Amino acid sequence: MTASPWSPSAVALDRVAYRRARTRRSVGVAAVSTAAVTGVAVLALVSSPGWPRVRQSFFDAQVAWASLPRVAEGLWLNVRVMAFSAVAILVLALLLAVARTMRGPVFFPLRAAATAYVDVFRGLPLLLVLLLVGFGVPGLRLQGVPTNNVVLGGLALVLTYSAYVAEVFRAGIESVHPSQVAAARSLGLTHAQTLRTVVLPQAVRRVVPPLLNDLVALQKDSGLISILGAIDAVRAAQVQTAQYANFTPYVVAGVLFVMLTIPLTRLTDALARRSGWLGALGGVSGGGALR
Amino acid sequence: MTVPVLSVEGVRKSFGEHLVLDGVDLQVDEGQCVVLIGASGSGKSTLLRAVNLLEEVDDGVIRLEGEDITDPRRDANAIRARMGMVFQAYNLFPHMRVLDNVSLASRLVHKVPRAQAQEAAAAMLERVGLAEKARAFPDELSGGQQQRVAIARALVSAPRLMLLDEVTSALDPELVGEVLALLGELKAEGMTMIVATHEMSFARHVADEVCFLHDGRVHERGTPEQVLGDPAELRTQEFLRRLVQP
Repeated sequence: MTASPWSPSAVALDRVAYRRARTRRSVGVAAVSTAAVTGVAVLALVSSPGWPRVRQSFFDAQVAWASLPRVAEGLWLNVRVMAFSAVAILVLALLLAVARTMRGPVFFPLRAAATAYVDVFRGLPLLLVLLLVGFGVPGLRLQGVPTNNVVLGGLALVLTYSAYVAEVFRAGIESVHPSQVAAARSLGLTHAQTLRTVVLPQAVRRVVPPLLNDLVALQKDSGLISILGAIDAVRAAQVQTAQYANFTPYVVAGVLFVMLTIPLTRLTDALARRSGWLGALGGVSGGGALR
Repeated sequence: MTVPVLSVEGVRKSFGEHLVLDGVDLQVDEGQCVVLIGASGSGKSTLLRAVNLLEEVDDGVIRLEGEDITDPRRDANAIRARMGMVFQAYNLFPHMRVLDNVSLASRLVHKVPRAQAQEAAAAMLERVGLAEKARAFPDELSGGQQQRVAIARALVSAPRLMLLDEVTSALDPELVGEVLALLGELKAEGMTMIVATHEMSFARHVADEVCFLHDGRVHERGTPEQVLGDPAELRTQEFLRRLVQP
């Protein structure tokens, strides 16, 4: 089928011209207001009585440059801890979520244990888990149990985060409509087959954006393993701060963390937008602002 | 005397205080098409779901080929695999391609090797006139096409009995015909089926028996000419009148 020849009518051209003018005006307003807000903020900062001192001790370019290699080296440890923990968290959390949906009296202990686990580790502050695992586990002096503070720090992250992520998975599992289960069971699939082939694939797709959100949080919280003495970015910045008697390395570490998380948050946003058409029931797609 | 494919004997089911099935009896013989009519909430869907063991009945017995399937000692999955159920809202699996939707039960329930299962699924899609949609995802199809896929998915396990729950109620009027035509063909091929529907012309032309359900009871049953043309019960007359002039 070929489209009939079309040239826009006067009304259509007028609408296009009007919208274009509106867009130009919006861009202008945004630029002016951004400049104004930034200007006021900078002015307030720079004119504050303590600014010269603060600039000297937090924004020293020389110290920043000198401390960068060490802090970056520390950050590499954060990235590795995060990557290994993330994999372990996903596996453990999925097992916990599935255990909580198991039916039948045989699985009662499993179901109860999973529920108790999630209750406990969602309630415990991460900092406490780190201290308890980091100093408590080596104290047991058990054969074959790791005493490396990086491994123990990662273990604490896995313990805490898998409780949260298990709840994300469970929410996804419960969001799959019962009619999907009915359709699968009506075909003769067992409970386990239904879970594996029908429920979980849809559930996991739906929870990808919140999972990435947790991954961003994990990336930052990997900095907490520094309290066990692991030389990560935070710890390295602390050392450098002491060496130069200047707080700039903290700012350097902060900037590096932000640079690491921005790509991940953008990816999360993009996937969340896409989920509008990822699942048939993926929710209302964003869409532009309506007049 | 031959054993009926399905017999429902005094089935009761309530959801909390609400009694949905109040002692329903039903018999479906080989190759028969029984049509259930009745207002929304009359118990048509619940009856079909109970037959498919998607709802547990409170009392009564349901027999499939003479065997009591409401006996909790029997393997419900194996029994469900002997029936094909089609739902009002299609309930296709949105994350699977059409071919995988249709071949899933063969692979997992009947343990047919993948290649063979897909071949059978492709043949079944051909049968419902959707061979070219095998690689599509369900949301790329029209409602009528999705419902035909759902019918193919139920048919691929060669069921002894098809249960069709208002399968055209969610469709646009111009798509209803293609699905009803397919059901008519199935009936002509000798499929045994129970159809809950509001399509009176389908009931008139295809059904061997029409059952009118009201408040969880079969109020009237008989040939389509009898029940639809000359209903004996006042409630049936009222129901049919409301259908004609809404």
